[in-house]
Amino acid sequence: MATKASRSAARVMMAPAVVLLLGWMLVPLIMTLWFSFRTYLPLRGGDQGWTGFDNYVRFVTSSSFWPAISTTLVLLIGVLTITIVFGILLAILLDQPMWGQGVVRILVIAPFFVMPTVSALVWKNIFMDPTNGLLAHLWRFFGADSVSWLSDAPMVSLIMIVSWQWLPFATLILLTAIQSLDGEQMEAAEMDGASVLSRFFYIALPHLSRAITIVILIQTIFLLAIFAEIFVTTGGAFGTRTLSYLIFQRVLESQNIGLGSAGGVYAIILANIVAIFLMRIVGKNLD
Amino acid sequence: MARAVTNQRKMINTGAAWIIGLLIFFPILWTILTSFKSEAQAIADPPIFLFFDWTTENYSTVMERSNYGRFLWNSIFIAGGSTILGIIIAVPAAWSMAFVPSKRTKDILLWMLSTKMLPAVGVLYPIYLLFIQFGLLDNVYGLTFVLMLINLPIIVWMLYTYFREIPGEILEAARMDGATLRDEILYVLTPMAIPGIASTLLLNFILAWNEAFWTLNLTAAKAAPLTAFIASYSSPEGLFYAKLSAASTMAIAPILILGWFSQKQLVRGLTFGAVK
Amino acid sequence: MYLRTALCAASALALTAGAAMAQSTLTIATVNNGDMIRMQGYTGDFTEKTGIAVEWVTLEENVLRSRVTTDITTKGGQFDIMTIGMYETPIWGANGWLVPLDDLSAEYDVDDILPAMAGGLSHEGTLYAAPFYGESSMIMYRTDLMEKAGMEMPDAPTWQFVREAAAAMTDRDADINGICLRGKAGWGEGGAFITAMSNSFGARWFDMEWNAQFDTEAWANTLNFYKGMMDESGPAGYATNGFNENLSLFNQGKCGMWIDATVAASFVTGGDSTVADSVGFALAPDTGLGKRSNWLWAWALAVPAGTQQEAEAKQFIEWATSKEYIALVAENEGWANVPPGARTSLYENPEYQKVPFAQKTLDSILSADPTDSTVEPSPYVGIQFAAIPEFAGIATEVSQEFSAAYAGQQSIEDALAKAQAITNEAMEAAGYR
Repeated sequence: MATKASRSAARVMMAPAVVLLLGWMLVPLIMTLWFSFRTYLPLRGGDQGWTGFDNYVRFVTSSSFWPAISTTLVLLIGVLTITIVFGILLAILLDQPMWGQGVVRILVIAPFFVMPTVSALVWKNIFMDPTNGLLAHLWRFFGADSVSWLSDAPMVSLIMIVSWQWLPFATLILLTAIQSLDGEQMEAAEMDGASVLSRFFYIALPHLSRAITIVILIQTIFLLAIFAEIFVTTGGAFGTRTLSYLIFQRVLESQNIGLGSAGGVYAIILANIVAIFLMRIVGKNLD
Repeated sequence: MARAVTNQRKMINTGAAWIIGLLIFFPILWTILTSFKSEAQAIADPPIFLFFDWTTENYSTVMERSNYGRFLWNSIFIAGGSTILGIIIAVPAAWSMAFVPSKRTKDILLWMLSTKMLPAVGVLYPIYLLFIQFGLLDNVYGLTFVLMLINLPIIVWMLYTYFREIPGEILEAARMDGATLRDEILYVLTPMAIPGIASTLLLNFILAWNEAFWTLNLTAAKAAPLTAFIASYSSPEGLFYAKLSAASTMAIAPILILGWFSQKQLVRGLTFGAVK
Repeated sequence: MYLRTALCAASALALTAGAAMAQSTLTIATVNNGDMIRMQGYTGDFTEKTGIAVEWVTLEENVLRSRVTTDITTKGGQFDIMTIGMYETPIWGANGWLVPLDDLSAEYDVDDILPAMAGGLSHEGTLYAAPFYGESSMIMYRTDLMEKAGMEMPDAPTWQFVREAAAAMTDRDADINGICLRGKAGWGEGGAFITAMSNSFGARWFDMEWNAQFDTEAWANTLNFYKGMMDESGPAGYATNGFNENLSLFNQGKCGMWIDATVAASFVTGGDSTVADSVGFALAPDTGLGKRSNWLWAWALAVPAGTQQEAEAKQFIEWATSKEYIALVAENEGWANVPPGARTSLYENPEYQKVPFAQKTLDSILSADPTDSTVEPSPYVGIQFAAIPEFAGIATEVSQEFSAAYAGQQSIEDALAKAQAITNEAMEAAGYR
């Protein structure tokens, strides 16, 4: 089918998308690389010339670098785990016969439509505020001391907020996959006396592997770049500073473009490590 | 007997699903309810669930203070424009990847996705400087273009997975009948892929609507969408839960309504080719 | 090809937009504080007088800061007027990014601006931003709770007194915290408070060679005193409380004392407050070392250099920071609601002197001196900040370490050691040391 003619036609048709994305990637990337080798302090007279690898060294040797990397990974893994585990359970539940399935499905997907800024604001003020928040009222109702969520359990709170936003997405994709599960195969297994658990692990889970891969892939892309949720809730305090937030602090709060750009290059490297790692699993599952 | 068991099970399922569904939805519900309270009642202890003095005062305050209509229109334009533009560019690319695959197709796809991993804040200055050069700051077209680029990888990928499910023989047959490449895409492929295109459209509309970094940093007054609108209501002075809730409700209501009406489409379409 | 189409469309739009804007529209970036929101409501008065339309870009403080800083450093030209503070103005003015406000009209009476404010908004004697309102900080306290505790607030208390009074006023069962203070990370939030407080304990950010001073006794005393007092008498989760959180706690009657911006005085005695009738005021505390713990700040309007509408922008600034604007607000909403702390004539007005917090606000402002804020000499200007470009970034990270200590995630010694390292690291990078 793939004749020479159709091959060249294919190239032409792919060109706009590829060229645009190449531009979108290369132009900022080259500018970032350029800045990362320069002392560029907008508030101190701008670009002050070549500085070699100083920015790179300074960025990694800073006391905030490794904590930022681990925070990024903790957030990523935490949210992925929660959304996938609960996503599978929810998807299985939603796949069962019940009354008002459509309405329940709407309720479950709703958080996905909420802007990250709005969801962070609402969680921070209306729910997690230690004095006026709804959770504080609830805790006091049961006679417990209210919890200062964002300072006492900052990562847990952050993971909770982000998971709430992404759980619907995971559930949706997993649900479509579960719906395509072969009912007869399941029934047959049930007849043969397979337990619920073994049916889940030997039939359902393998069937879901592709959907899980997609959830991991898409969410990782968005989670690595997470920003609004941290900006609004903790402002990077209490150990919630991720790599992208650290870069934000270097670029905008410290106004050190050179240092921030070096950080950007590290972030690209980290993203690529994660991407290669993902490709290993995704590559197998995507065919 | 068997029927009684299923009914009982159905009841348990229904109960469990509704409880969990309401729990997940509760933060949104509570925000909507709070937006109709007075500031004092919004923080009342114990909290008042339904029996408060319903008021629309917060909404009128918000309407008076900001030009909601313009923010809303900008959001619709930017999210809609970037999605449609993205689909126009992505359809041919996805077509060629799905029907004329080469060894590098998968690499190209993953490379496209990896462009999304560049942290936005790291390239803020480069992009800002470019936008100044081209006079695109605070311009809805400039922003539309950027959001299109941001979402393009996802659009290409989603379309690619839908197209792959369409049997190549159909296109072959159309070609035999003398259809040109253009006819083939427009009259054979696209109609068959409508459900997939629709859910791609929806998902990317939502993603573009909620994008809060570029929309905030590349706009001032004229092109600012609802993400900027909400930035003027976060942490003002004094008691503000009710007003914050009203502004939040106004920012998410349009997309929430759209999402609800199209949820069947979303559920059916979001397969990413997961169903084989 | 697509790029070019998009660019063509964009420039076409820019052209039409330019034509439509011929009768001049000012784009003004501002913070979402009460006084600014109120000013937006009166924009009609300005447009009526001058025929100049105004577009507002209202943003939350942190978003505003990063937004206007990006724009000014890249000369983006998105705004005709920016709302900035006492920290940014001298730095930006020195870089030549702001239009000097040295040719304001005679009726505007620039000499009427409080000298402390004009001084803080100038670089080398040239005014670069006009104060819309100015503030210091002071104690706001509940007279009824103070009485119940059997104590009396002096006009100028010490920190020791404040701590004792806070402990006496605290009633956990009734949900009353003796004292509410900022603990939230961010140089303009908790960072500003603890820096101003540290001045009264004899601490400073830098010695004359720009060495960080967090390893000194004075800083350890400041933090230990703060945390000790807040753990005894402060609200739950004070490590995340900033100005807004404390304001709403105080207005709900949950704080005995609150030491914060003087502008808050009109909010705690206003309609939203449940304790409006029983609020007293006193100067910010000291420890007898000669410096009090009050700061000095102004939200001011500045014109970025390179704007196409310099004359119109100045016209707006003259309107918004004029005596007439104050009179306009007073007429419509009462004297207590006028923007405070900017003009001498306001405090000479007998009507305004009747406002309960007027005198204490003025006293607080007059007792703050940005050029001499520390007990031991320091190389920087500023009270709750050091007016160098690097400060905002450093102080935000330092205050994050402090907040983590308040929340009990690390010891005060660790927080100070990290603060010392962060500061010296950044100062080295900037070439000070």
